[in-house]
Amino acid sequence: MAVVEGNRDLQSSDVVKLETHIKGESLWASAGKRLLRNRLAVLGGIIIILTILLAIFADAIAIKPYFETDLPSGDSAPYWVTQVFTSMVPVENGGYVKINNDYPLGADKLGRDIFSRIVYGTRISLAVALVGPILALAVGVGWGLVAGYFGGWIDNTMMRIVDIMYAFPTLLFIILLMTFFRFSTATPEPGSFAYAMGQLDKSMGGLLFIFVGIGLTSWMQMARLVRGQVLSAREKEYVESAKSMGATTPRIMWQHILPNIMGPLIVAETLTIPQYISYEAFLSFIGLGVQVPTPSWGSMISEGSRAVSSYPNQAIFPALALFVVMFAFNFLGDGLRDALDPRMRGVE
Amino acid sequence: MAVFIIRRLLWMMLVLLVVSAITFILLRSVPGGPFNTERGVPEPVQRSLEEKFNLSAPLPEQYLKYLTDITIPRITGEEFRRSLTNDYLINMPLPFLGEKTYLRWMNFGPSLRVRSRTVNQLFLENLPISFQLGIAALVVAVAIGVPSGVVAALNRNSWLDYLSMGIAITGVSVSIIVSAPLLQYLFGVQWKLLPASGWGTLQQAILPSFALGFTYSALLARLTRASLLQVMTEDYVRTARAKGLSERVVVIIHALKNALIPVVTVIGPLFALLVTGTFVAETIFAIPGMGRYFVTSVTNRDFTVVMGTILLYAGFLVLANMVVDILYAWLDPRIRLS
Repeated sequence: MAVVEGNRDLQSSDVVKLETHIKGESLWASAGKRLLRNRLAVLGGIIIILTILLAIFADAIAIKPYFETDLPSGDSAPYWVTQVFTSMVPVENGGYVKINNDYPLGADKLGRDIFSRIVYGTRISLAVALVGPILALAVGVGWGLVAGYFGGWIDNTMMRIVDIMYAFPTLLFIILLMTFFRFSTATPEPGSFAYAMGQLDKSMGGLLFIFVGIGLTSWMQMARLVRGQVLSAREKEYVESAKSMGATTPRIMWQHILPNIMGPLIVAETLTIPQYISYEAFLSFIGLGVQVPTPSWGSMISEGSRAVSSYPNQAIFPALALFVVMFAFNFLGDGLRDALDPRMRGVE
Repeated sequence: MAVFIIRRLLWMMLVLLVVSAITFILLRSVPGGPFNTERGVPEPVQRSLEEKFNLSAPLPEQYLKYLTDITIPRITGEEFRRSLTNDYLINMPLPFLGEKTYLRWMNFGPSLRVRSRTVNQLFLENLPISFQLGIAALVVAVAIGVPSGVVAALNRNSWLDYLSMGIAITGVSVSIIVSAPLLQYLFGVQWKLLPASGWGTLQQAILPSFALGFTYSALLARLTRASLLQVMTEDYVRTARAKGLSERVVVIIHALKNALIPVVTVIGPLFALLVTGTFVAETIFAIPGMGRYFVTSVTNRDFTVVMGTILLYAGFLVLANMVVDILYAWLDPRIRLS
């Protein structure tokens, strides 16, 4: 693509750009430029960077510890919230809502600060957004590379396994897995494997099993994609020339094929990130995800939605947070796809 | 064609076998059974309960028994007496074999937690509601998604295109966890236009089916747009235009018919997905469907209900995919069955 871009630049006689072309513009550099030109993708990127900053500096930004309860101010809300959600009438005006301006977005039933919990919740969502793709890539790339490169009965067996896993209803499977993890580590004797895993999971606030659950249910798509890419890459000249130079099979896979198919993989994973985030939110929503008192947007929405008619702020603020982050990842993923593969622009 | 269908059916059986085995292993390796309630049950009572529900036999034996109860259809002319261990989901009369001859199939066994109920009874009470919700959501998804995709494609790069694709990307980002409380608040609490929860009336169905269907309408809109854009560049569309046909005829008769093939093939799995993915909608909107019931059964370790639901749903998904594959081949003769 760099060449095409260069030619156009030549015609427009843009000297600065011409020089960059002479220096040699890699696929990634030109893709980066295209990405920066996409305003929505940039917006998505900025939101994600802000979210990452929120997660890193959560201790400084949150005004209260996320677990600190204060029962007397439970279900209270600041004045401005009652102005936005007009169904929440303050006590002073004959309603039922306690006004407490110490909580910027209000407090939940136990008097925990919703703003602080949303801030800490970024950690859970981002952890899933980061680890989900890594897991899917780790398993899926290995699987797809081996299946696609060797072909024959190996490919057949491996892809049939993927097909069977695919037939499993994802949501049901993830629920089943989480139940299995949560129950088998609930009461094992100390010293056993299950006990160690349970302790590790507890120390991560329940995230470990969420990672494993997501990893086990989402590598298949990646494996299929990688296999398809490998099948077409295998026939290319550069693989043949590497072979003729005596490169070993693992070397061909890692050094030659993988870098060449990386683009579509990254795009696919970025577009799947919102799905991982929503899986975590879903699991926490039904009580199988993060463990109390770890704040997750999903569990906050779940708790809040029980009282949505009296205290809508408790469900809607975390819901908006979840929406904004998923939105940002979707925009960035769309932008990345267009940038890395201009042929696909406008097609899907 | 027949060979293809038979091969797909055999494949489907294999998939379901693996699904049932994984589910069984995972569920039964969890410590503690369904009778370990907080209050505790006396030892002998627990043992007799396990005896009654066939939970004390060796695991492979239990699995085989469970599997045969579900899969082997029975044709009987005997007087049928429903009991906890003898209740079939499918009871089809076979009048040509005899007056009281029935084909009985799919015995999912008794529920372990809800005493004196079979899994089938729970299915019959809860599944229709989840199905209704899933179908309503599908109608919403198709009714919004397909037309907006067509409009976007026909007005490519105009404000209509940007608007509908903007809505689509919003829809993709709005998981039901987000849209459900929002809709509930806006329409149920703030504007008081629709009931915020419950199930039974048409009004009560509107919010949950929108919350569930909206996300997928976005998917359909994108797919329809992409497919139509691609079809519009095909030779046969150019030929139709060259014949001097009006643009409307070209679009509706020649382009749209072909462009909708991939859309139709998505609708099958989508329907299965919607019907089997109603947990959140049912929980938030307090709908007494199978999804909500499934979540409680999981935490209650009601093995038979969990097993039954997963098997039924998985079967449904696999079947939907198979029907779509066949439909696909039938709609587009260029696709070879293989």
